[in-house]
Amino acid sequence: MIRTLKTRWRLGRRTRPFPPRENPLPERFRGLPALDPSRCEPGCSSCADACPTGALVLEGSPRLDLGRCLFCPQCAEACPSGAVQFTRDYALAASTRESLVVYGEARPAVEVLGRRLRRLFGRSLKLRQVSAGGCGGCEAELNATSNVDYDLGRFGVQFVASPRHADGMVVTGPVTRNMEEALRRTYAAIPEPKLVILVGACALSGGAFEGSPAVTGMPADIPVDLFIPGCPPHPFTLLDGLLRLIGTRKG
Amino acid sequence: MSRALMPLANGAAARLEEVPVWPVRLFRDRVLEAAFEGARLVALLPLAQPRGSGRELLAVLAQDHRGTLLLGAGDLEGASAYPAFTPEWPQAQAFERDLWESRGLLPEGHPWLKPLRFPRLPDGQTIPASYPYFAMEGAELHEVAVGPVHAGIIEPGHFRFQCHGEKVFHLEIQLGFQHRGWRGLMAGAPPARRAVLAESLAGDTAVGHAVAWAMIEEALGAILVPPRSQALRAVALELERLANHTGDLGALAGDVGFLPSASYLGGLRGDCLNLTQRLCGSRMGRGLVVPGGVRFDAPAALAEEVAGSLSRTWRSIEEAAGLLFDASPVQERFQGTGAVGREVAEALGLVGVAGRASGCDRDARRDHPAGFYRFAQIPPQTLASGDVYARAVVRFLEMRQSFEFLEGHLRALPQGAVGVPAKKARSGHVAAALVEGWRGEIAHVAVTGASGEMASYEAVDPSFHNWMGLAMALRDQAISDFPLCNKSFNLSYAGHDQ
Repeated sequence: MIRTLKTRWRLGRRTRPFPPRENPLPERFRGLPALDPSRCEPGCSSCADACPTGALVLEGSPRLDLGRCLFCPQCAEACPSGAVQFTRDYALAASTRESLVVYGEARPAVEVLGRRLRRLFGRSLKLRQVSAGGCGGCEAELNATSNVDYDLGRFGVQFVASPRHADGMVVTGPVTRNMEEALRRTYAAIPEPKLVILVGACALSGGAFEGSPAVTGMPADIPVDLFIPGCPPHPFTLLDGLLRLIGTRKG
Repeated sequence: MSRALMPLANGAAARLEEVPVWPVRLFRDRVLEAAFEGARLVALLPLAQPRGSGRELLAVLAQDHRGTLLLGAGDLEGASAYPAFTPEWPQAQAFERDLWESRGLLPEGHPWLKPLRFPRLPDGQTIPASYPYFAMEGAELHEVAVGPVHAGIIEPGHFRFQCHGEKVFHLEIQLGFQHRGWRGLMAGAPPARRAVLAESLAGDTAVGHAVAWAMIEEALGAILVPPRSQALRAVALELERLANHTGDLGALAGDVGFLPSASYLGGLRGDCLNLTQRLCGSRMGRGLVVPGGVRFDAPAALAEEVAGSLSRTWRSIEEAAGLLFDASPVQERFQGTGAVGREVAEALGLVGVAGRASGCDRDARRDHPAGFYRFAQIPPQTLASGDVYARAVVRFLEMRQSFEFLEGHLRALPQGAVGVPAKKARSGHVAAALVEGWRGEIAHVAVTGASGEMASYEAVDPSFHNWMGLAMALRDQAISDFPLCNKSFNLSYAGHDQ
C-alpha cells in the first residue's frame, strides 16, 4: 500500500490541459496539409501520381480529400517544389464530408450541435464504438483518448459498453460485408436522438481498402454528424473534433 | 526428381523453377518428414500460375534450429482435393480451412473443416446464422454467446462457450467479421498502395508488417539495404514491441482491477508511441518503412533526444510494472489461469509471446536473423507454465530487452545512407520473409509472374497461429476468466481475418 502510494507520488499527475497552450506535436507529425498551387510547376502531376488512394487530385490546382488521405506522405515526398506539405495542425474534423476537401484557403470545419442536442449532450455524451473492419489503429487511438494523458472523461464524453446506454455511435473501419448487419443492429439499438461519428480514413472512404469486394462502406441511409480523418487520427484530433461538436471547444 | 525440400534464407528470393515439385502425395510425405524433424508451417498457398497441368500447392516451412526456410510444391495433377496435413500435423488446421474456403481445394480427412473468414457470404446473410456451432447437450449445461460487438473499444469476433455452471468445457472462436479482402487487393495493387495495405493488415503491428513487406520487395528486386536503415527498422520494431507490451501489461492490470498499474502503463504506452512519432511523424510508425530502407533518418541530435526520453519512460514503466508483479492479489489471479501446456503449444504451432510463455523456444530474431538482428542478438525469453502469469512475465522480460537494445543502438547507429532506390521485381521468383513482430512471427510470401507482377501474395499474422491457443487456454477455466485470458494473448482480429 505504502509502495503504491509512493509510486503514485513519484510518477505524478500525467493529465495535461486540452487544448494545449502550445502544440506539442513533433516536427515530423503530419496534420492538416498546406497546398500552395503558386509553387506548382506547369504540367507536373507527381503528387497525384504518387497518392496510393486517389485522395489528391489535380483540378487546375491540387485538391486533397482528407477523407481519403492516409497521411502516408507519398505526395509531399514526390512534389519537387514544396507545393504539397503537411503542417502540425491536428484540427482535421468536419461536419460534412464535402468540407474535408482541402484546396486554396478551404479547410475543414465542425459545426456545433443545435441547441436541443447541445442541451442534451453538451456536458454528458456517451458513445458506443463499433469496429467494422478497423485494423486496430483507430481503435487504439480511441482507447488512448480515455487514458490518463488525454482524459476525455473530464469533458463528459465516455465510451460505454451497451448501445442502450449510448447517445451515439463511433464507427471505425471500412465496414466489411460481414459486419454490416451488426453495425445496423447496434445503430438501431441506440435510443433517439443519436449521433454518428466516423473515425479514420477507412470509415470515411474505405481508405486502403476502397474498392474491395469484401467491403460495403458505411450504409448511405445512416446519417453522419461528424467526420474525423486520419490513419489513424491522433488523440488530439479526436478530442478536438468531439469537443467542437458538443461546443466545449470553440475558435 | 529432387529428394529434399529447398532451403531458402529468411528475406531471400529464388527462381520458382528451383522449388522442387512432387505429385501431391509425395509432397505431403516430404513436408511431414520435415515436420517430424521439427519444422513448422509458415505458409501454405496455391500458386496462382501453376507450372504443371493442374493446380499446385506451395508450402513454406521454418526449420528453426538450422535457421532456414524450406520450400516445396505439390502438383495436384488436375484434382481439387488432396490428403490433408492436419490429422498428423494440427498446426496446419487453419491453413487448410483457408485453402478449402477461399481457394476451392478440399483437404480430405481434415477433422473439422469449418469456415475461417466467411469471405463470400451471400448478401444479407450474417455469420452466426449460417454456421452450426459446436454444441454440447445435457440438462445442466448452458451456452454463452458473445459478440461480434463487444463491451469496449475492441475488434469484432464471436465467442461460444459451452459451460457447466462457471466452468468452460469448450470455447469456439468464430472470426471473419473483419475480413476486408486484403489478399486480393495486395496482389493486384501498385507498390504505393501495397505500402499502405501492408501497414493496415494489423494496425498495431504497422511496422512489423511493413518491414516484412519491404523485405519481400527487396528480395524480389535483388537490392541490399544499407545498415543504417536496417538499424532504424530494428529501432522501430523494438519501440513497437515496447509500446504494445507496456499497453498489454496495463490492460492485464485493468482486467484484475489493479488500477495504479493500469492507469500508468496505459499512459506510458503512449510515451513509447510518441517516440515513434518523433522519428517518423506517426505514433503507429506508419510511413517509416519503404522498400530499400526507411523514409526518415534519425540525425544524432534526434536519436539522442529519443534515447534520453526513453530512459526516463523506462524508469517509470519499470516502477509501474513492478507494482503489478509485486502485488500478491495480482499474482493470485495470474498464476495458473488459462494455462496452455508445451505439448499443446507445440502441436498448434503457437508463436511469439504465447508460444514462449508455454516453453516453445522460438524467436525469428534469433532463429532466422535478418537485417540488423544479424549483428545485434536478443535471446528469447521462455517460461514453462503457459498461464496468464507466464505471458505477462515474458512480456516484461522482452520489454527490458527492447529498452536495452534501443538505449544501446540509438546512440550508436551505423553511418551511411538510409535508403537505396527500389527496383522492379524479377519475374518468376518466390520470396519469403519472417519478422518477429511484438506479437510473434510475421510471415510474408510472394510469387511473381512472367512480367514481374505479384501473382500471389500471402501474409500470415502471428494471430493466425495463436487463436486456437486461446480456445485451448479456456478449457476447464471459469468463464469469468475469459477477459483476462483473452487479454493475455491479445490477438489481432484484423490480422487473422485479413
